[in-house]
Amino acid sequence: MNVTSIARFDEDLDARGLNCPLPILRTRKAIKPLETGALLRVLSTDPGSQSDIESFCKATGNELVSSQENSGEFEFIIRKN
Amino acid sequence: MNVVDKTNTKPSSDDLSPQQKDAMKRWVETLFEEEMKKREAAHTPSMAIIATKGTLDMAYPPFILASTGAALGWDVSIFFTFYGLLLLKKDIDAKVSPLGNPAMPMKMPMGPKWLQDMNITLPNAIPSLVPGFESTATALMKKTFKNKGVATIEELRELSIEADVRMLACQMTVDVYGFKHSDFIEGCEYVGAATFLPEAQKADVTLFI
Repeated sequence: MNVTSIARFDEDLDARGLNCPLPILRTRKAIKPLETGALLRVLSTDPGSQSDIESFCKATGNELVSSQENSGEFEFIIRKN
Repeated sequence: MNVVDKTNTKPSSDDLSPQQKDAMKRWVETLFEEEMKKREAAHTPSMAIIATKGTLDMAYPPFILASTGAALGWDVSIFFTFYGLLLLKKDIDAKVSPLGNPAMPMKMPMGPKWLQDMNITLPNAIPSLVPGFESTATALMKKTFKNKGVATIEELRELSIEADVRMLACQMTVDVYGFKHSDFIEGCEYVGAATFLPEAQKADVTLFI
């Protein structure tokens, strides 16, 4: 697994091995209790999650700080707004 | 610029020069866009789904879309009618049949990868003649879905309820098939078409599944 571009995150969600729509549902659940400005890292293997997480962030007003892929694994950093 | 005597004429856009008209148009457009953006930001999107099928393959779309819509912050309701009502039973006994489902690929959830990747479609004659084929097909689909990290119907239903998706049960279907309210999960609202339609009228997305 590659090193994240942001050194810290407040909460970590491992959604690897899960398929649509579970990565989004788990992300929603993980981000809900966080405080505004907190960073959530999400790991996934579902190729659809790349587009879905971006769309989720847009729809819910959260910020997708970074999104990267490393040999079939995806890593997202989301800032709660 | 035209100079007009305004003392005894009503103001009209004819009094304006083309440049003034243009500036006015741009100004109104900007105001309109700002107002629309404000309204859009304040608007909570909503979705109204009708679930009419009770088989395993058709049980997925309403719950996947409902739970995802709710995760996006939308107001979601599902109206369960006819065989779709069975998806609200305490124990979901949804099966899938390749019979009359000719495009359905059968997946082998075990064995070597080449076998698992194969999509086997069957002529209707086979599932209609082989006893117990439906249970086999259902078991194979459940296993394949599990292997691929897809949630179960029960899980997606639970997540939908947790996310405040409204579960509307068609009372007419309950009566026709002689069900009791105690057959169904807690939290269903037993309603008719007249409850669903005004809900669908306001919805941004309506789907018939």
